[in-house]
Amino acid sequence: MKAWTLASWTLAAAASAVVGWAAFAPLSVDSRDEPFEIPKGTWARRMAGNKVEILPQRIDLTLGLNDQLLLRNLDDVPQQFGPVLVMPGQSFRLPFEKASTYSFDCTAHASGQMTIVVADAPVTPWERIVWRWERLRKKTRA
Amino acid sequence: MNRAARFLLALSLAATSLLALAVDPNPINLKAGVFDPPQPAAEFPAGVHATDQGDLTLARWHGKVVLLVFGFTHCPAVCPTTLATLAQARKLLGPDAAAMQVVYVTVDPERDDLAHVRDYLAGFDRSFVGGTGQPPVLAELRRRYGATAQKIPPAGGGADYGMSHSTTIWLIDRAGRLRALMPFGHSAEDFAHDVRQLTALK
Repeated sequence: MKAWTLASWTLAAAASAVVGWAAFAPLSVDSRDEPFEIPKGTWARRMAGNKVEILPQRIDLTLGLNDQLLLRNLDDVPQQFGPVLVMPGQSFRLPFEKASTYSFDCTAHASGQMTIVVADAPVTPWERIVWRWERLRKKTRA
Repeated sequence: MNRAARFLLALSLAATSLLALAVDPNPINLKAGVFDPPQPAAEFPAGVHATDQGDLTLARWHGKVVLLVFGFTHCPAVCPTTLATLAQARKLLGPDAAAMQVVYVTVDPERDDLAHVRDYLAGFDRSFVGGTGQPPVLAELRRRYGATAQKIPPAGGGADYGMSHSTTIWLIDRAGRLRALMPFGHSAEDFAHDVRQLTALK
């Protein structure tokens, strides 16, 4: 019983430490780029009748953290990324400086639109926790 | 300073220079989205007629920063906003505006003949040059730049159709390389900033 209580307390302390860190530690990222790549062979796969989607219909960015959309074309032919025609081996980096919702023409999506939502950097402890959680979810999905 | 110290200093200077060249020979920091590496901008197909003289070609503006816009003169909001912003950017640039050329190519040749485009552009800035031509020629030009345009039938019938079109602005440097793409909504200050940066490039 005593060992059980001690383990519970240790677990609670560890959880508090993680939440405290997530709420109060300064946010930092290795790069401000939010990258999307067209892999080599994409054109061939499309020509073979496969559906290949690179850009999601909605992209979320955060000012000061990941506020640069980076599109890379690793294929052998020019590729249209939303509104941008990117040549083979070329990249396109689009910075954002204002929090807003941006709509771009995008023939790849049924709606004909691609939306980029740029949010202000998290300020409150709760916003930091949410941002870290979303970041973690994105990384684990990738 | 002895010989060894001089040698080390020279070596470190050479290494720094080489590193700077390797990182980016032409560092630019634009408000627009930047292509890396920049590649030559596609030349216009034959048959795009200019509002000032002859055919509209990109080569004409070698030595200037070209801002390429696709639109139509009946555009209710995007085109007037973009062109007014670009006219304001020219004012902000002062004498440096001579290094900037706005090129406005219609996506609606059915209604936009040369005279109409010329008069429309003159309402914003007399230096702006427009272009129009046969629909297949204009479609080929849009294809080369990844621009889009689509006719929107009038909601209640009639002849007053609309056009959905690309709202971004293509930025081409003085050497004719497609450098950047400015999304709709940026300020005149942002355009002036980027034109200055591109003008300063070798």
